[in-house]
Amino acid sequence: MSKSIFDPQVIKKEFPLLERSVNDNPIVYLDSAATSQKPIEVIERMNDYYKEINANVHRGAYHIAELATEEVEETRRKVHRFINSNSEKEIIFTKNATEAINLVSYSWARSQLTDGDVILLSSLEHHSNIVPWQQLSSERDIEIRWIPITHDGQLDLDNIDELLKGVKLLCVTAVSNALGTINPVKKLVEAAHKVGALCLVDACQSTPHFETDVTDLGADFIAFSGHKMCGPTGIGVLWGRLEILENMPPFLGGGEMILNVTSDGFTANELPWKFEAGTPPIAEIIGLGVAISYLEKIGMGAIREHEQKLTSYALQMLNDRFGNDLVIHGPQNPIDRSGVLSLSYRDVHPHDLSQVLDQYGVCVRAGHHCCKPLMKLMGLNATARASLYIYNDESDIDVLADAINEAGKIFA
Amino acid sequence: MTGLEDLYKEVILDHYRSPRNKGELPTPPAIMEEGFNPLCGDDVKVYVIVEDKVIKEIRIGGQGCSISQASASMMTESVLGKTLDEAKEVFERFKKMMSSHENDLNSAESSLDETPSSLGDLEALKGVVKYPVRIKCATLGWNTFDQIIDSVEN
Repeated sequence: MSKSIFDPQVIKKEFPLLERSVNDNPIVYLDSAATSQKPIEVIERMNDYYKEINANVHRGAYHIAELATEEVEETRRKVHRFINSNSEKEIIFTKNATEAINLVSYSWARSQLTDGDVILLSSLEHHSNIVPWQQLSSERDIEIRWIPITHDGQLDLDNIDELLKGVKLLCVTAVSNALGTINPVKKLVEAAHKVGALCLVDACQSTPHFETDVTDLGADFIAFSGHKMCGPTGIGVLWGRLEILENMPPFLGGGEMILNVTSDGFTANELPWKFEAGTPPIAEIIGLGVAISYLEKIGMGAIREHEQKLTSYALQMLNDRFGNDLVIHGPQNPIDRSGVLSLSYRDVHPHDLSQVLDQYGVCVRAGHHCCKPLMKLMGLNATARASLYIYNDESDIDVLADAINEAGKIFA
Repeated sequence: MTGLEDLYKEVILDHYRSPRNKGELPTPPAIMEEGFNPLCGDDVKVYVIVEDKVIKEIRIGGQGCSISQASASMMTESVLGKTLDEAKEVFERFKKMMSSHENDLNSAESSLDETPSSLGDLEALKGVVKYPVRIKCATLGWNTFDQIIDSVEN
């Protein structure tokens, strides 16, 4: 898609929430790493579903049930194309990325891993890609090993071959939600496969921001959520390689995931429904489908280009204005990072900083960003995190800088 | 700082910049409890030496935002030298102030104003009620202190 089409000012107008003000100031939304705002077409389509075709999916032999089913399955095909998977059967809808990772932990790992096996995690993982593995290792004798990081928050792969010895599963995030570091996932997948390990990629912070190609990546599982990519909350995706998914036992039991049930037992349904017990979040799935079309219309390449340009502007401008008073953690080169800016400003506590920013309508997140092990490695208790998306522009960064300056006055 | 005057009162900023009774005490004789704010990762360590049911010494360690640090600092001043029962009573009044709804603030203000010495500096934290997320910050040190009182009494 050509650059001229990409105009954050035009895009901003498509997001109704961005018209509101906060504390008498126009809202400056810089928390898209937590959740993105939703374009009007996503919101309206979900409303339309309830107004016009609300019916439970699959099995209903009447018109509106068929329409609803078709929209759900059309979204599955859209996701399949969006991430370039081999088959739509590889697309499993979950309630979020956390559930997707837990599905792998409960179904694949608990049926495949035994005492003495090793799971390798990167030190940049979100709690959602740490705790499910800790839960597993508290049940059986499974070692959890960590890939260390460099001082600027990049994975230190010097000893990766050593670290991979005996590993059965490598879990790595494509992009750090706390620092914005973009990880060399393809390289890691190759290294994992060499020792016969599978690789699960947390793609929550990458699918909204740049092209995802699971075939090129070569991974075995990826998990992501809809709400960080202009879709609604309550819908996530697990993609897994067909031959792996086929051999996995079901996760949750109930309706939809069965072919047959007798008083003696059940036969599991075929993929992908084997992993989709119960009535799915129909409106949310449809909303995700609209969100994907919306992002494709803009173009994932154009989105990455815009965010990289804006990140470069932010790094440069904030450094020019605040010098050593402001530390932006993580990789310094915009090529190595997404639009996540994890900030420490003088000795102003991030909680206080975000409180003052809120007074100026600026929404940022303060805290450990669900990455406590990483924060400890970085020697940080908390940071204030500003994260960029398609509707942000340079003026948002300017307002952020002005508000940081005001916080400095209060905590002088 | 339009609108934030209720939160960042001068007395709060003063306690934040110059925290009272900051540091550690040897355990034993001191009892130490640690409290965490899962929202922001702040942690506070409270050290207390109790003799004959009187709080002889108290120190605060750990790190946190201005509200949690100032509140803990003020707490040390308000309970030092008091009996356990007196300290509990201060805590009860502080909790009551923190649980008053924002809409009740004006009426609560008048009743609190009638007894301005009841909570001393701590009354400066009244404005926190308008910022519900920060109430956890203001009560972190207190809840941790309360655990120590419980362990002494049981």
